Amino acid sequence: MSDGNMNLKLKVWRQKNTKDAGQMVDYSLEGVSPDMSFLEMMDMLNEKLVNEGQDSIAFDHDCREGICGMCSMMINGQAHGPKDLTTTCQLHMRSFKDGDTVVVEPWRARAFPVMKDLMVDRSAFDQIIAAGGFVNVNTGNAPDGNAIPISKENADLAMDAAACIGCAACVASCKNASAMLFVSAKISQLALLPQGEVEGEERVRSMVSKMDELGFGNCTNEAECEASCPKGISISNIARMNRQYFTSAIKAK
Amino acid sequence: MIARFTRLMSASVVKKQIMGLTGLLLCGFLVGHLAGNLLIFVGAEYFNAYGHALITNPLIYVAEAGLGVLFIAHLGMAVRLIMENHKARPVKYYLKQPTGRGSTFASSTMPYTGTLTLIFLVLHILQFKFGPVYTIVHGGVEMRDLYKLVVEFYQSEVAVLWYVVCMISIGVHLTHGFWSAFQSLGFHHPSYTPLLRKISVGFAVVIAGGFASLPIYCYFQGGM
Ligand code: FES
Repeated sequence: MSDGNMNLKLKVWRQKNTKDAGQMVDYSLEGVSPDMSFLEMMDMLNEKLVNEGQDSIAFDHDCREGICGMCSMMINGQAHGPKDLTTTCQLHMRSFKDGDTVVVEPWRARAFPVMKDLMVDRSAFDQIIAAGGFVNVNTGNAPDGNAIPISKENADLAMDAAACIGCAACVASCKNASAMLFVSAKISQLALLPQGEVEGEERVRSMVSKMDELGFGNCTNEAECEASCPKGISISNIARMNRQYFTSAIKAK
Repeated sequence: MIARFTRLMSASVVKKQIMGLTGLLLCGFLVGHLAGNLLIFVGAEYFNAYGHALITNPLIYVAEAGLGVLFIAHLGMAVRLIMENHKARPVKYYLKQPTGRGSTFASSTMPYTGTLTLIFLVLHILQFKFGPVYTIVHGGVEMRDLYKLVVEFYQSEVAVLWYVVCMISIGVHLTHGFWSAFQSLGFHHPSYTPLLRKISVGFAVVIAGGFASLPIYCYFQGGM
């Protein structure tokens, strides 16, 4: 160990495929630099495993700069680890101490089956989006920029909701595995703008019923989702979805 | 048409709203019940007369039925939601820790404080509504001496302690339940949500403290 590098004990969930029961496996890793990201530490562990002739640990990742939402991982019992407003790829190893035991698990939800090790299938989110998380645009001439006035306040709120990267930390950290923060952010980002408002009532109904159908749990307003969201999406979006759903349901033809 | 409506109304969002609405209405009952019971402090005569007026009013059956429906709806929906939520995560985490920025002690113990309240409620109704009948004559009218009943009942330290514990539990339940009901019903705004959370705590303290003061007062009343 040299200049502040750490030795870590890791407990990682290993599971061969969807059918496999899976189990926690202990690993130890020496010489982890505090400047590494959590994913780089996982790469280092994988390199070690490959050199030893073992199967490497499968995990999702893509941009490694906190914008794609692919990296998942429950780290020491918290979605994306202990830091707030942080994805796993943005988490630095300096958040840990030499000799720490780090527990790494996949997101757990009925709607997100584990495919292998730490990789889960999050296509349930795609299905929710496909159910109505879009705006229908008819063809024709491109409209003039700024032809539709939008209040600064609504533009800001829509932008805040649109910051969602669909990582599903909200589902993972919710004790009920509820997807309401994600769904409400996707509903809000469109419903707050005049272009999306047109289909707002239909959208909230179809997205909520898709969410229910996929087996996500029910929100109990504990706000763990908001607390673990790397983009700081507010549960005020959930309240907006709640009131929009209700008015939409009583008006539905 | 009807089928579509019931399907729309059985969505997760509406189930939360039913939880919230029934909870708020039950909060209304707590306020009324506490206000009436505070007459114990005014005097036996007033308390008994209030009880007599309630029992002899034919509308009491309607009110009791309404309360029963509210309570069963709140409880039934809670059981259903808990079961669904349990199913939503079939494989549990090996290690799960709260962030410390979201859930609270109250929010994570709602099913337990709720269950304790249910047990309390059943015993409470058996102890008083269906308890021993003493009668007394106030101003020429014969009525149940409920004052004697409660004072006598709360001579036992165990009974007082159980009551106080149950009130603390209801108070904890309310600190989350009250503001949470508004959130489920769609009320959330940066200007009033923080206030609502404070009111939630204040309401819980008033209700729990108000009720808990009654058996303690009765306990010291008996010795005289
Ligand atoms: S890898 Fe893209 S957000 Fe972490």
